[in-house]
Amino acid sequence: MNNPLVENYFRVDKLPHIWCPGCGHGIIMSAIARAIEKSGLDKDKVCIVSGIGCSSRAPGYMDFNTLHTTHGRALAFATGVKLANPELEVIVIAGDGDLSAIGGNHLIHAARRNINLTTICFNNNIYGMTGGQYSPTTATGDKGTTAPYGNIDRPFDITQLAAGAGATYAAKATVYHVNQLQKYIEAAIGHKGFSMVEAVSVCPTYYGRKNKKGSAVDMMNWLKDSFVDMKIAEKMPEKAVGKFVMGEYVNKVEPEYTELYDQVIERLKG
Amino acid sequence: MSDQLELRLSGSGGQGLITAGIILAEAAIRDQKNAIQTQSYGPEARGGASKAEVIISNEAIDFPKVTIPNMTFALTQVAANKYISDVSEEGTVIVDDSIELPEGIVAKHIYKLPIIEAARNDVGKEIVANIIALGVIVGLTKIVTEESLEAAIMARIPKGTETLNQMALQKGYELANQSK
Amino acid sequence: MSKVIKFLQGNEACVEGALMAGMRFYSGYPITPSTEIAELSSEKLPKVGGKFIQMEDEIAGIAAAIGASLTGKKAMTATSGPGFSLKQENIGYAAIAEIPLVVVNVQRGGPSTGLPTSPGQGDVMQAKWGTHGDHPVICLTPDSVKETFDLTIRAFNLAEKYRTPVILLTDEITGHMREKIEIPEVSELEIYDRVMPEKGADYKAYRLDEGDLVPKMAPFGSGFRYHVTGLMHDETGFPSNSTENADVLIKRLMGKIEANKEDIITYEAYETDDAEYLILSYGGTARTAKAAVKKLRAEGIKVGLFRLITVWPFPEEQVRALSEQVKDILVAELNFGQIKLEVERVVKGNANVRLCGKANGEILTPEELMKAFKEVL
Repeated sequence: MNNPLVENYFRVDKLPHIWCPGCGHGIIMSAIARAIEKSGLDKDKVCIVSGIGCSSRAPGYMDFNTLHTTHGRALAFATGVKLANPELEVIVIAGDGDLSAIGGNHLIHAARRNINLTTICFNNNIYGMTGGQYSPTTATGDKGTTAPYGNIDRPFDITQLAAGAGATYAAKATVYHVNQLQKYIEAAIGHKGFSMVEAVSVCPTYYGRKNKKGSAVDMMNWLKDSFVDMKIAEKMPEKAVGKFVMGEYVNKVEPEYTELYDQVIERLKG
Repeated sequence: MSDQLELRLSGSGGQGLITAGIILAEAAIRDQKNAIQTQSYGPEARGGASKAEVIISNEAIDFPKVTIPNMTFALTQVAANKYISDVSEEGTVIVDDSIELPEGIVAKHIYKLPIIEAARNDVGKEIVANIIALGVIVGLTKIVTEESLEAAIMARIPKGTETLNQMALQKGYELANQSK
Repeated sequence: MSKVIKFLQGNEACVEGALMAGMRFYSGYPITPSTEIAELSSEKLPKVGGKFIQMEDEIAGIAAAIGASLTGKKAMTATSGPGFSLKQENIGYAAIAEIPLVVVNVQRGGPSTGLPTSPGQGDVMQAKWGTHGDHPVICLTPDSVKETFDLTIRAFNLAEKYRTPVILLTDEITGHMREKIEIPEVSELEIYDRVMPEKGADYKAYRLDEGDLVPKMAPFGSGFRYHVTGLMHDETGFPSNSTENADVLIKRLMGKIEANKEDIITYEAYETDDAEYLILSYGGTARTAKAAVKKLRAEGIKVGLFRLITVWPFPEEQVRALSEQVKDILVAELNFGQIKLEVERVVKGNANVRLCGKANGEILTPEELMKAFKEVL
């Protein structure tokens, strides 16, 4: 292997990863590594935090300060890391179930505080590690091992959820649109405040098979055909009919939590 | 343990009886004694019945709660009904004069004094009833020195309220003297 | 310079002790009767450059504290029964990942929401077995305001020294009671600070130095890029499914506490030298027990008090030795016999073991305890 990105940013001895053939997660993980490289971050000052699930194994492969926590709690651990040492660039990796089901409370409150964390949601619309149960982002009517007759739940739009809770940067892209995805991750890392990028992934093994979505390539093609860029959707709404919109949903500047806390400390000195 | 004094102050939540208990205990510590203060309260921040208990001793205090109080004090009827009757036969009961004493109380001294009225009319702020109460209690029982009490009060109250609280304390002493 | 004398609640003394021990991070969630610990921490921490954060729930409260500890800050969270239940999963995380942390539980009456403003001691076994899986536990319990101050410092020291969560198990009695306390100068205190590893090409996050049972810990951001996980892991810190490796890790985690019991266990033996009878108690209830022992001694009865200061690991040898000396052990606690069971286990039938317990929100009185005691005479 002679790939400088892999050699510089990955723990080569921990590879290959555990993800299935055709899984989209590796694409997101390498997009994160490229975004970190482009952002020129010091590896020693980057901390990657995850919870539990397929996506949460990513930090183990990445050569930074890495913290693999309990299910749903990555943002809560990350809040402690960031507030205790704001010098660290803290990136949270979480799956759709991890982030919006068991960890949903932490997501909305991290967003509300506008603490400078970058969250990348690996959204494959299913609980993969436990074998294909429906998640909060599984579409109504889709199947999972716990929705054998079709899911009657309504799904979350995680990007809009984060935006609604106060995230000051929220964007969505897919593993097919990887250049755009990387661009958003870079923007999220550079953004001061709580940022979230929803990376729509594919799970051919469970979600794909359960829902007869075909091969991994078929699923990638489905992403290509089902998502439309926000700018196009705005200019030509007819092209967006029945499609998902990707792009930057929110990008604004608001006071950041750890800076506000430091101001309190400064004020008390005076 | 024979020199141990057990006191119970009670009233309605928000009347400052727990603060009064703390001040009394701090005054005892200024007198070089041991003191312990405990409290009990319900879920309500205002109203209800709250009590503060103080034990003062020259020795170590093991059991922290009052068993047979040497003195009980109440500012409200609800608190009086609940918290004053188990006073020692040799002890002292002090209540606001608005209170009708529960039947069958046996105590060496029983005082009914217009504490709340004095706070409202003479000092002009009902909130200082607890400080008047401290003046009354110490004036009547001498459980701590006046010097320590005043120092303890001044250390606990918000800045800028010294004059008001000094007035309240003096009013308490005055009520105590009049009823001797 | 004369010592500072204060009149403090147990909860306040806990914060004073924590700050002197070097606490620089607190995260938690409000719950009666522990809230004063959060309130005072929020006031005092920013004044010393530390951080306080009120999290969205109890789980996040402990999670953030673990995160902060990983950056090298001494961290604490405090709660009471219902919150202690919620924190259990991450107590296990801190145990397996070996993250120093102090968790305070100001016990109230339970189960469930129970009696929020009244004392209880029903969380003693939860402190030992609350999280899933076998794991090491250090749990300390004070009987006074001064001892709350001292044991909070000790809890931080033990957490740092043994890289483990330490539970400070207080109760509503000591938490809310106010007493006189002399605050020492920091220079008079023994404060243990984390030992940093040395940098090197072959750095491994969980490698032990010769003769050690506890690996040295580097803060995140200091140039050691390592991995922390709640999965069974090898000395590199990375997950391992190997049963041989799991065996080594879990035995070391248990063993680091077991092998240092002498350092960790403290207790008070009061009037036990010539005792024919023993009362065993802990926390706020031990004050009732001491008052009862004094009164019984005044009646000429040879009774002593054994007070647990370290609850876990349990002072087995000390209690067993006393059980060979006395005829009867009466355990006084605000539950229906959690420590009594433990005493029965360790005395192996040497002495009769009885319980004087209740869990209705009232504290035991010396009279109740004396009455229960005298049944044996």
